[in-house]
This record gives sequence, structure tokens and C-alpha cells, in this order.
Amino acid sequence: MRGLEVMARAHAPIPLDVALSVAPGELLALVGHSGSGKTTILRTIAGLWRPAEARVRVDGVAWLDTGAGVNLAAHRRRVGVVFQNYALFPHMTAAQNVMAAMDRACAVEAARILGLVNLTGLGNRKPAQLSGGQQQRVAVARALARRPQALLLDEPFSAVDRATREKLYGEIIALRAHLRMPVVLVTHDMNEAQLLADRMAVIETGRIVREGPTAEVMADQDALRAMGIREVAVMLPATVAAHLPDGLTRLEAVGGPLFLPGITGAPGTRVRVRILAHEVIVARTRPEGLSAQNIIAGTVARIVPGAGPAVMVHIAVGAHEILARITRRAADQLALKPGDPVHAILKSMSVARNHVALAPDRPGDPALPGT
Amino acid sequence: MDWTALALSLQLAVWTVAILLPVSILLGRFLAFRQFRAKPLVEALVMLPLVLPPTVLGFYLLVAFGRNAPIGQAWEALFGGPLVFSFAGLVVASVIFNLPFAVQPAQRGFQAIPAEVREAAACCGMSPWRSLWKVDLPLAWPGVVTAMVLTFAHTLGEFGIVLMVGGSIPGETRTIAISIYDRVQAFDTGSAAVMSAVLVAISLVTIVVTFALSARVGRRLG
Repeated sequence: MRGLEVMARAHAPIPLDVALSVAPGELLALVGHSGSGKTTILRTIAGLWRPAEARVRVDGVAWLDTGAGVNLAAHRRRVGVVFQNYALFPHMTAAQNVMAAMDRACAVEAARILGLVNLTGLGNRKPAQLSGGQQQRVAVARALARRPQALLLDEPFSAVDRATREKLYGEIIALRAHLRMPVVLVTHDMNEAQLLADRMAVIETGRIVREGPTAEVMADQDALRAMGIREVAVMLPATVAAHLPDGLTRLEAVGGPLFLPGITGAPGTRVRVRILAHEVIVARTRPEGLSAQNIIAGTVARIVPGAGPAVMVHIAVGAHEILARITRRAADQLALKPGDPVHAILKSMSVARNHVALAPDRPGDPALPGT
Repeated sequence: MDWTALALSLQLAVWTVAILLPVSILLGRFLAFRQFRAKPLVEALVMLPLVLPPTVLGFYLLVAFGRNAPIGQAWEALFGGPLVFSFAGLVVASVIFNLPFAVQPAQRGFQAIPAEVREAAACCGMSPWRSLWKVDLPLAWPGVVTAMVLTFAHTLGEFGIVLMVGGSIPGETRTIAISIYDRVQAFDTGSAAVMSAVLVAISLVTIVVTFALSARVGRRLG
């Protein structure tokens, strides 16, 4: 089989019992709290840790098989790793860091890869002379220079400020058009996972509690209970229409215009907007005299009860869905049932600017339901 | 001024440093990165010469180097001469009593490298050997240099063990420290004063130069 297959079982130092696979070109996000074991899975793939019982196969070749006594040393595995604090070689320049991962050091190739991560001209800087975001880009470039059969990203955005992080998300999304290998991203940030991942696996105390396409996992209240039910959200595709003089941007989305603040990108840019289920209000009729700017017409697809006093209303908007997490009481008062026409209402200010991401420049955007 | 003694001391120091440099790097790196059950024992053995009285260490070495001991016999069978009261015997003794000075700073130097950086080296495809040259040594070398400087300076100054193992044979085992002692015994305080001053000057210059050098490297890497 092409791609990456992992199975790992251990009792110490943390309990672990997982099996997962990632197809070439696919990005799988491992999400979970710290100590859940997600980084341990990454270290198992890289050869930095060996669980009691484990199998790691890449493109059909065993890197690790405790049953068969196969255990390739880390430096013999063609793996690219971006460490949480980047772990750049402090005594080398950016270009030397990149060349250190090549089989045969080539300055021209190093410059090309640094160009891919938008670091053209900074090859002669030492890590200490680079900003956090630039260091992260060097780390990504170094991982790619290894020509990896699997790319592993361990919380790669956690050490930079929010503004830089947004920019780096966009760069990673754009970079993925060039990547043909399986990518595993470890993160505890659900927004990050939803923006970047094709598939997600939610890890709790060393076990996968839910695994599937990002849109499905992010709509699953039970799966997200541990990570925070307030993270349940959908990604709605839209196109930048115009930047208005009052600072808002008008986006054309499936169910009508959206007015959102702080969006960059020229008119015509395709983006995806992350809409949190708990920020959406449901109305039977199109409301008048309301401050909220975004009113999207749709149809109730289904109503999923939760464990608490809330229900999840799935509202079909064209080929897409918006989720609204409202109280059971409100759903009863509105007498909502599948097939009813409704309006989903969203405050412009409830969409954080880092909840808007560039649409990947690839066909079959996996983050969108129904495409 | 006993120039022969000074030359002998410098020669002894250079030999000791030359032999201990690879030991410092390999043993220092091994102790820094590996965890094993007997590690506290190995570390204690390395440190032991620092806390033992020179006479105790000297006594054991004297016995071990002697004609009746296996080491002394083996040496004599191989090289035809005795190990005690010879320059070769001094070098062996010097290597042993300098172990803590040669290994400890190097070990600290390697330990200061973040684990992630070493793992990154492996994930970049570097074999342990390549990683030593490309990553570990460039980052740990201030520690290794400190180790070698301490070894050099300490060899020049060692007295007790040299006296026990080597005695005071001019041109063979009479180092400058021994020579100073001999001069004082002979009430030649003038010569003793000159030689002492020379020893202080050499040691001071060596250490100052190294510290200045490693401070510069620290700034470059920081």
C-alpha cells in the first residue's frame, strides 16, 4: 500500500493503542490534549521512540515491525520532521540547515526550497537572526530537503504569535499543492486542524476516539466533547467580493453575502470561513431590525440531540451545511423538524480573522462537505 | 631556571592532551547521552582522581606499574624498559589523574545540546558519526576546549603523583613542579621563585586565552 500505516501499542511511559493510515498527499491531524500520546505517535513514526509493540510501514516498506524484529534507525528513515521549537542547528545558516538534510548538499537546491517557503534572500542568516515565523519556515524547508516519504509536523505553529500563525497557515495550504507524501500534523488547536487537515483523529489517553474526514469529525459533538464542544464548526466556502470602506469585507457564499471584518485577499480570492456552531442563531422567518449582518437561508437537514441541554441543528445551504448549536428548549419552541426552511444568523464580529483561510488550490477540497 | 624541567613538563602536558582529547570527546559524549545502570559508577570512577590524595593514587599506580604487577610486566615485555620512574609511566599516570578534568567539562558541553536538536540531526539523515562532526562537536566544542585547557594546566602543576610514580630523574621525570620543590629543598629560593613565576604565567595565559575564545564563540552561537 502507498502511504503511511502505523500501529502502536505500549503501556509505559504513556498508554498507547492506535492504528492509523495516511494516504500520499493527505494531511491527517492528530488532535488531543497534551499528554494524550499524539506526539508519541509522531516520534514512533520518526524512529525517535520504540513502543513495546508497533508497526510502521511507508509505501509498503517496514520501518518498524517489533514482531519481525525490524527497526530502522531514525537516520535511515526518509522522514521530514518539523519540531515544536524547530530544533534548528544554531551554528548553521538557514541555507546550511536546509543542506544538512540533503543527501548531497546543493546550494542551488537549498535556495529553491527556501524560496518555496518564502525565505528567498535570507539563506545566510543564522537562526538567532530570524524571527519565529522565519525559523518555522526554515524548519519546514529543512524537513522538505530530506525528500521525505512522510512529513511530520509537531505543533509547528505553537511557538509563534497569532498574526504570524495566520500567515503560516496560508503558506502551508499553498505549499500542499507541491507535496505528494503523507503529512501528519500534531496539534491541540481545533481551528488549526480544521483549517489544514483532510482527515482528523481525536486522541484521548493513547486511543483514537474518533477518526474521519475533518468536516465529519468537527461536526461530531461526542467526538469533540473532550476537546471542547464549543469547537464544533463547519467550513463554508466563499469568494472575496469587495472590501468596504467601513472595514468589513463582503464575501459571496452559497447562502448569500457574508460581511466579515479583517479579511485580506484581493476580490476573487477563494476562501473558507470557519463558522462555530455555538455562534449561530436560528430563525424561522427572515428577521427584521437585527444588528447581525449575516443571514443565510437554508433548510433543516436533521437535528442531533446532545448529551446536555443542547441540540445540533444541521442546516443545508446548497451543497453545504451550517451547524447551529441551540438549546433543546429553543428547538422545541420553534418546532423545528427536517425540511423546514430556516435562517441561520451570524454576527460579523463572531468570526475571528484566523478562522478564515485560503481555499486550497486543489480539486476536491476535502474540508468541504458534499464535494 | 631549570629549562629541561620546563620542557619536560610541556612535553608531558602535550602528550596528555593528545591522548585525552579523543577520550574526552567519546567518553564525554557517551556519558552525556546514554543512560545505563552502571552510569553512576562510571561517573564516580572518572571523578575519583579529583578527590583522592595524590599520594594514594600515586601509590596504587606505583604498585601497578611495578615489575611484580601485570601491567608493569606487560609493559616491560612489550617495550623492554620499566614503566616506573620513566617518562612513559608519567604519561600514563598523567592521563589517569587528568580524567575528571578531561571528561567532565566535555560531558557538560554535550549535555547542553538540546535533545530536539540531536533528534533533528538524526531526522535529517545524519548517522551518529556524522552528527558528531556536523552538530555535536560544533556545539559542544567550548566544553571540549575547556577540558583540554584544564588538563594542560593541571598537568603542568601536578606534583604528588609525579613524585610517587616518576621520582626526580633529570630529563626523564623531573617536571618543573618537582624541580621547584628540589630547589626549595636546596635553599635555592631564587630559582624556585623564577620557576614558580613562569609556571603561574603559563597557566594564567592559557586559561585567559581559552575563556576569551569561548566567550567569543558563545556570542556567535547565542
